[in-house]
Amino acid sequence: MLRYLARRLLVAIPTLLAISFIIFAVLDLAPGDPTGNLPLTIPAEVREQVRRSLGADDPFLIKYAKWARQFFVYEPISLFENATGLALPGKENRLRILSWQTRSPVSDLIVQRLPQTLWVVGLAYLLGIVIAIPVGVYSAYRQYSVFDQIGTLVSMIGFSVPTFFTGLLAIIIFSVQLKWLPSIYDTTLVVRDWPSFVQQVKQMIMPVTVLAFFNASQLSRFMRSTMLDNLHQDYARTARSKGLKESVVVLQHVLRNSLIPVVTLIALGIPGVFTGAIITEQIFRVNGLGDLLIRGIYNSDIPLVQTITFMFAVLIVFFNILADVAYGFLDPRIRYD
Amino acid sequence: MKFVRTTTLVVGLLALMGASLAQQGRDGTVTLLYWQAVSILNPYLSGGTKDIYGSSIVLEPLARYAPDGSFIPYLATEIPTQENGGISDDLRSITWTLRDDVVWSDGTPFTSADVVFTGAYCMSDEAGCTARNFFSDIESIEATGDHAVTITFTVAKPFPYAAFVSAESPILQKAQFENCLGVRAQECAAENFGPIGTGPFMVSDFRPNDVVTYEANPLFREADKPAFQTVILKGGGDAASAARAVLETGEADWAWNLQVAPEVLARMEAAGIGQLTSSFGTSVERVLVNFTNVDASLGNDRGEYMGGDNPHPILSDLRVRQALSKAIDREILVEIGYGPTGATTCNIIPAPEIYASTANDDCLVQDIEEANRLLDEAGWERGADGVRAKDGRRFSLLFQTSTNAVRQDFQALIKEWWEELGVEVELRNIDAGVFFGNDPSSPDTYGKFWTDVQMFTSSAAGTDVESYANRWTCAEISGRANQWLGNNQHRWCNTDYDALRQELAQTVDIDARAELIKTLNDMLVQDVAVMPLVHRADVSARSNTLMGTHKQSWDSELWNIADWYRGQ
Amino acid sequence: MTELGLPNPDTGLQAPVAASKRSSAAEIWHQFSRHKGAVVGMIVFVTIVAVVLLGPYLYPVKASETNVRARNQGPSIERPFGTDNLGRDLLAQNLAGGRVSLAVGVAAMLISIVLGTVIGQLAGYYPRLDGPLMRLTDLFLALPILPLLLVIIMLFREPLRASFGPQTGIFLLIVSVIGLTSWMNTARVVRGDVLAVKEREFVTAADALGSGNNRIMLFHILPNVMSPILVSASLGMAGAIITESALSFLGLGFPSDVPTWGRLLFDGKDYLSITPMRVVWPGLFISLTVLSINFMGDGLRDALDPRLRGRT
Repeated sequence: MLRYLARRLLVAIPTLLAISFIIFAVLDLAPGDPTGNLPLTIPAEVREQVRRSLGADDPFLIKYAKWARQFFVYEPISLFENATGLALPGKENRLRILSWQTRSPVSDLIVQRLPQTLWVVGLAYLLGIVIAIPVGVYSAYRQYSVFDQIGTLVSMIGFSVPTFFTGLLAIIIFSVQLKWLPSIYDTTLVVRDWPSFVQQVKQMIMPVTVLAFFNASQLSRFMRSTMLDNLHQDYARTARSKGLKESVVVLQHVLRNSLIPVVTLIALGIPGVFTGAIITEQIFRVNGLGDLLIRGIYNSDIPLVQTITFMFAVLIVFFNILADVAYGFLDPRIRYD
Repeated sequence: MKFVRTTTLVVGLLALMGASLAQQGRDGTVTLLYWQAVSILNPYLSGGTKDIYGSSIVLEPLARYAPDGSFIPYLATEIPTQENGGISDDLRSITWTLRDDVVWSDGTPFTSADVVFTGAYCMSDEAGCTARNFFSDIESIEATGDHAVTITFTVAKPFPYAAFVSAESPILQKAQFENCLGVRAQECAAENFGPIGTGPFMVSDFRPNDVVTYEANPLFREADKPAFQTVILKGGGDAASAARAVLETGEADWAWNLQVAPEVLARMEAAGIGQLTSSFGTSVERVLVNFTNVDASLGNDRGEYMGGDNPHPILSDLRVRQALSKAIDREILVEIGYGPTGATTCNIIPAPEIYASTANDDCLVQDIEEANRLLDEAGWERGADGVRAKDGRRFSLLFQTSTNAVRQDFQALIKEWWEELGVEVELRNIDAGVFFGNDPSSPDTYGKFWTDVQMFTSSAAGTDVESYANRWTCAEISGRANQWLGNNQHRWCNTDYDALRQELAQTVDIDARAELIKTLNDMLVQDVAVMPLVHRADVSARSNTLMGTHKQSWDSELWNIADWYRGQ
Repeated sequence: MTELGLPNPDTGLQAPVAASKRSSAAEIWHQFSRHKGAVVGMIVFVTIVAVVLLGPYLYPVKASETNVRARNQGPSIERPFGTDNLGRDLLAQNLAGGRVSLAVGVAAMLISIVLGTVIGQLAGYYPRLDGPLMRLTDLFLALPILPLLLVIIMLFREPLRASFGPQTGIFLLIVSVIGLTSWMNTARVVRGDVLAVKEREFVTAADALGSGNNRIMLFHILPNVMSPILVSASLGMAGAIITESALSFLGLGFPSDVPTWGRLLFDGKDYLSITPMRVVWPGLFISLTVLSINFMGDGLRDALDPRLRGRT
C-alpha cells in the first residue's frame, strides 16, 4: 500500500510538469491581448510598450521558464516567509507571479477569493451530499415506490435544467419581483452579529440552493444505483436469512458497501469545489475563484489563468490518487501491488 | 478660452451654495456598481476605463474637463493660455501654476516635485504607462518654483493640454511612488492598490477585481466636502443586472456603462426608484470599409496596402461604398440599439458642437432604390440567386465585429438591408478581448482587419480631435511592417487629407481649426472610408436620492464626486 | 452541465458489470419498454426531434427575417411564440435553433464516445498504456475549455471555412471542441470495465487460441462494455447540448445569425421582464430534451443490466 502510494506520488511529479507545460502552451497560443480592453483612444505604440513591460512579448519558452521558476521556487518560499514572518536572503529579487490585470501577486488574489468560493460552492457541495445520501438510499430501498418515482423525476430535473436557467429565474423571482433576497453578493460583509449573519445567509441562499440542487440530483442518482447493486447481492440475502433486522442489513451492511464508490466519487468532485462554479458565480456575482478565472481568461491574464488552472490540475491528480487509495482502504477485496 | 473662466465661476458658485449646511461625511455611504470590476487604482497602469474612473476619486490632475468640454483647474490655480502668459508665443512651452494650499491625504504638502515626478514615471519606457501618449513630444518637465511647472515641447503644440490634464493623467505622490520607477512599476502592488491622493476620498480597502472601499479624506481642501463618508465601488456581473440593481432593486446608487437594449432600460426606469443619466462625447459606432484585398490566398500580401497596389476587389469603387451606406437606415439602428442614448449621425467627428459638420446629413435617409441604381451603374448585375456579380466575382462580404448584443442586432439588420441590394453577407462576431487585442498570431484583431467590413465604436481622447484625425493618415496604415499596430485599419490613403492634417497641426485660431476639422471629417465620410452609424452617449444610472451628479464624457464620470450628496 | 466535474451519476465508477450472455435486441427492448420514465422520455424526445425537423414545412416562416414594426410582441395566433427585439419570429427561431442544438448534441456525443471508448479500451487492455493515457485524462480534465476553444478557432477556422464553407466549418469546430473536452468520464468508466472483463475466461480463451489483440478488443471486449458506453452516449448528448448552451451563454460559439437554443436563451435573458417567453421556450426545450434523454439513458441502463433483467 505504502509502496503503491509512493509510486503514484513519484509518477505524479513529471506528469504535473508536463501538464503545466501543455496548459501554458494552450494559453500562450490562444489569441488575446492583455491590452485588449484599454480604451481605443490609446494608440498602438503605447499598447506595445505596455505589453513589453508585462513580458507578454517574450518568447514562449522564456515565459514558461519564468513562470515555472516563480511557481515552483519563489511562491513556496514566499508562502513560507508569510507564514513564519521570516525574511530569507534574496527576498528583493524573488519576483512573485504577478497578474497582468492587477500587477499584484496571483497567490494573494487566490487567497482573497478562496473564502467566498469555499463558502458558497463548498457549502453547496456538502449540502448536496447530505441531501443525496438519504434520498438515494431510501429511493433504492423502496424502488419504484411513489417516493422513488418523485425522487427520480426531481433529480432528473435537477441535472437536466442548466444552472444558468434556474439561476436567472431565481433572481427574477426572489430579487426583482419579491425583493426577498439580494442579487449582489457583498464580499465585504463581516459576520459579527445577528443581523449581519442573517444578511450573509440571505445572500448565500440563492447560489447555494441552485448549486446544491444540482449536486444533490447527480449524487442521489448515483447513490441509488449503487444501493440497488448491493441490495440484491448474496451477502445481503445471507444477512437477512440469518435473521438480522432489516434496518441492520440495510444501514450496516448494504449502505457501508454502497458508500465505497460514492465516497471515491465525492473525493473526485472536490477539486471542482476549488475552481468554483463559473456560471453560478457570474450570475449571482459571487466574487469567487470561478469569477477570477473567467475574468482572467477574458482579459488574457495568462499568469493568473495558468496558475489557477495548474492548481486545479494538481488537485485533480491528488484527489485521483486519494480516491484510488480510499477505494483500496475501504474495500479489502482490492489490493495494490 | 473665455469659456474656461465662466465655467470655473459657475462651478465655484455651486460649491458655495452647497456649503452652507454642511459637514464632511454627513450622508453616509454611496454604492457604485461597475460591472467590469476595478483591477488596479493606478491609472497609468490601468487595463481599462473602469480603472481610470476608480482612481479618479482619489487622484487629481492639474485640470479636468468640464461637462461642456472646457477646462477647470483642479490642482492648478488657472488654465494657462497665451493671453495669461501660460503658453509661450512659439507654442513650445506651457507653464502651470500650482495651488499652494493642497496637501496629500497623508498630510504632506503637494508641490511641483510631485508633478515632475509623475512625468518621469510615465515617460519611462519600461513602465508600460498607458497614458504615454499624453506625454508625447515633451522635451522636458521642470519645476520652476515650488508651485510652478514648465513643460517644454519639441514641436509647436497648439493644443498643449494633455499631460497632467483629465482623469487619465493625474498626479502621483512622489514620496509614495519613488521606488516604483521604470521596471519596478509592475511590482509596486501596495502602491498601485492604494495610491495616496489629494482628492475627496482615500482608499481604505481594495480587493482587486471585486470591490473598492473609499473613506472621505479629512484633509480635503474643501472642509465641508465630500458629503459621503464612504464610497463602495462594487464590480462584477453584467450591464443588465447592474442597471437592475440601481433602477429596480435599489441595491446600488450608481451603475456605469449600461449598454442594454433601450426598451429594457425604459422598463426598469419605470419602476421609479432611479433614472438614466447620459452624456455625449465623440463616440461613434461606425462601419469601417477595407481598402485592401484580404483574400487568404494572397499569403503575406493579405491586407497589405502596398502603395495602393493591392486594392479591394469590390469596395475600392466609390459607388459601391456609397450604395452600402445608403442602404442603412440609421434611425432604426438608433431606435433598436440605443433609444434616447444615441443619435443618428453622418459624421465621424460629431462633437464638440463647433467641429460638427452638417454637409453629410443626406445619409440619414435610407435609400435602397438609389443604392440599387449605384450598384447597377457600377456594373454589378443580379444573378439567378439574387446575388450580384461582376466579371465572375460574387458580391460577397464578410462582416466582423466584437461579441456584444447590440452589435449582433446591428449585424442582423445591416445584413438584411444589404441582402436587399443583392449583396451576400457573412457575419462573424469575435470575443472582444481578442478583437480589440493586438495578438500578432490572431487573424481576428481589428488591427489586421482581414475581413471586408468591420464595426466598432471609437472616439477621441477628451476633446483632442487633432490626434484623433491623425489615425486616417497614410503613415498610420496598419500592416505587417508595424505588426498591424497602425491606427489606420481601413488602409485608406489620401494625400490631400494628410496635407490638411499637417495644416491643422500648425493652426492656432479656434475657428480656423474648426473649419479644418470639418473638412477632414467630410473627406472621410464623403469618400465612404467609414460609415458613421450612431453617435453614442455614455449611459449610467443613478438612484433618485443621489444628487449633485453631473455626468460627462470628456473626463471621469465621477469627476465631481466631492459634490455628490443624498437628497430625499 | 457538470460544473463540479462530477462523473455522470449513472456511469461514473460503476462497479464493473459484464453481460455474460449477450441478449437479443428484443429482450432489451422488452425490458426498456417496461420502464415508464424511459418510454415517456422517448416519446417526448421523438416528438421534439420530429417537430424540429418537420417544423420548417409546417411553419414556413424565415427565422432570420426581421420586422422592426413588430418588435417584442407577445404570443398571438400569427406568431405563436411572439417576436424578439428585431421582430424575428421566435417559433421559427426555436425550430431552427433546435436543429443546430440537436445536431451539435449528436455529433459531439459521437466524437466524445469514440474517443472515450478508444482511450478507455487501450488503457484498460494494455497495462503499458494505462498510466500515460490516464494522465492524459487528468490533463484534459484540467484544461480550461474557453482558451482551448479560442486556440482551436484560431488555428482551424480558416482551413475549415475554406474546405467546408463558413457554417459547416464553425459547426465542426464547436462540435470537436465539445467532443474533445468531454470524453474523459467515458474513458474512465470504459477502462474500469475493460480491466474487469479482460480477466474473464472467454478473453483468456481467445488469447490462448491466438486471436490478435485488436481482434480481442473489438470482438470480445467491446460487446461486453457496450452498456456503459450506451449510457455514456445518452448522457454525453445531453451534456453536449448544455455545453453548447453554456458557450453561447458566455458569448462564444456560433455566429450571431445561427440560432441555437443556448443562444436564444442567452440573447433573451435581458428581456425577461418584457417578453418572458423568449427565455422560457428555449430553456424549456433544452431542459425537456436533456430530461428525456436522461430518462432514456436510465431505462437503457436497466435494460442492459443483466442483474436487473427478468425482475419487475
